[in-house]
Amino acid sequence: MKSLAELAAIREKMKNSVAMRDGASGIRVVVGMATCGIAAGARPVLNTLVEGVAKEGLSEKVTVTQTGCIGICQYEPVVEVYEEGKDKVTYVKMDVDKAKEVVEQHLKGGKVVTKYTIGK
Amino acid sequence: MKELSLNILDIAENSLKAGATQVEILLTEKGNTLTIEINDNGCGMSEKTLENVINPFYTTRTTRKVGLGIPFFKEAAEKTGGSFEITSVESQVDKENCGTKVKTLFYTDSIDFTPIGDIISTITTLIHGSPDVDFVFKHKKNGGEVSLDTREIKAVLGDDIPLNSIEVIEFIRTSLKAEYNSL
Repeated sequence: MKSLAELAAIREKMKNSVAMRDGASGIRVVVGMATCGIAAGARPVLNTLVEGVAKEGLSEKVTVTQTGCIGICQYEPVVEVYEEGKDKVTYVKMDVDKAKEVVEQHLKGGKVVTKYTIGK
Repeated sequence: MKELSLNILDIAENSLKAGATQVEILLTEKGNTLTIEINDNGCGMSEKTLENVINPFYTTRTTRKVGLGIPFFKEAAEKTGGSFEITSVESQVDKENCGTKVKTLFYTDSIDFTPIGDIISTITTLIHGSPDVDFVFKHKKNGGEVSLDTREIKAVLGDDIPLNSIEVIEFIRTSLKAEYNSL
C-alpha cells in the first residue's frame, strides 16, 4: 500500500459521520455469495449495490451485506431486501442494470421492482 | 467461472466460513506460469474431509448435496496442464498451526487458461464482507509487486472507522488500481 497518508485524510473526514451511521437501522440488502451466486455474476451485482447506495447518499439507512447459499441456486444472483415491518423482498436473476434499477426505485424510491422479484 | 478471480473469491469464502482471522492470497506470475495460493488460519479439515473436498458430490452445506467450489478451481488449473494441492491442519489436532492451504499452478500459455479477471473486485468484496478478518494480498508480476495488508489500513483508521465503509473500500480499490498501473 502506498497512499496511507491519503487514508488518514479519509479517516479525519469520516470521523463525524460514522457516529450517525451506527444508530441507523432500516433497510438491509443481502447478496448471496456462494459458488452458485459467484458463478452467476453476484460480484458485480454486489459492487453495483454498494456503489449505488453510496452514490445516492443512502448509506445511513441502507446496509449491503453478503451471505452464503440462499438455496435457490438456479435463480442466482439473488438479492434479498429486509425492511422492518415489511415482507422480505427477493430479487432473482440479477445483473448490474437490474441492480441499478433496484437502488433507484426500491432503496431510494421505496417502490419494489416487482418484475424482478419471486414469490413472497 | 469466467475469471480466476471469481474462483479465488469462492475459495476464500471457504476460509471465512472456517472461521479464519487471517487470509492470505498470493499470486505469482513467472514466465508462462501463474501460481495462486490461498492460505488461512481457520479450523482446518480432517484427513477424511480433505480427501472428499475434490469430489463435486461432497459439501458441508445442507441446502444442496453438491459442492463445486474446489472442483471448479482444480479443473481450471489442471486443464492448463497445471496442478492443484490442498493441505490442512485441523484445529483439534494443532490449535496453534491450524488452517488450510490451497496452491494451484497454471500454465498461462495454454489455450484453456482462464484469465485472472477483476482481482481488485475480489479483494474489495472480501474486505467488504468480512471487515474483521485480516487480509494479505500479494501479486508478483513482471518483477514488480502489488500488495495490500488490511492490518496496515486498520492501523491508520483506528477503531472508530469500519474497514468496510464505502469510502475505505473505494480507497482500497483506487490505490490497488494505481499500483497495477505502475507495474
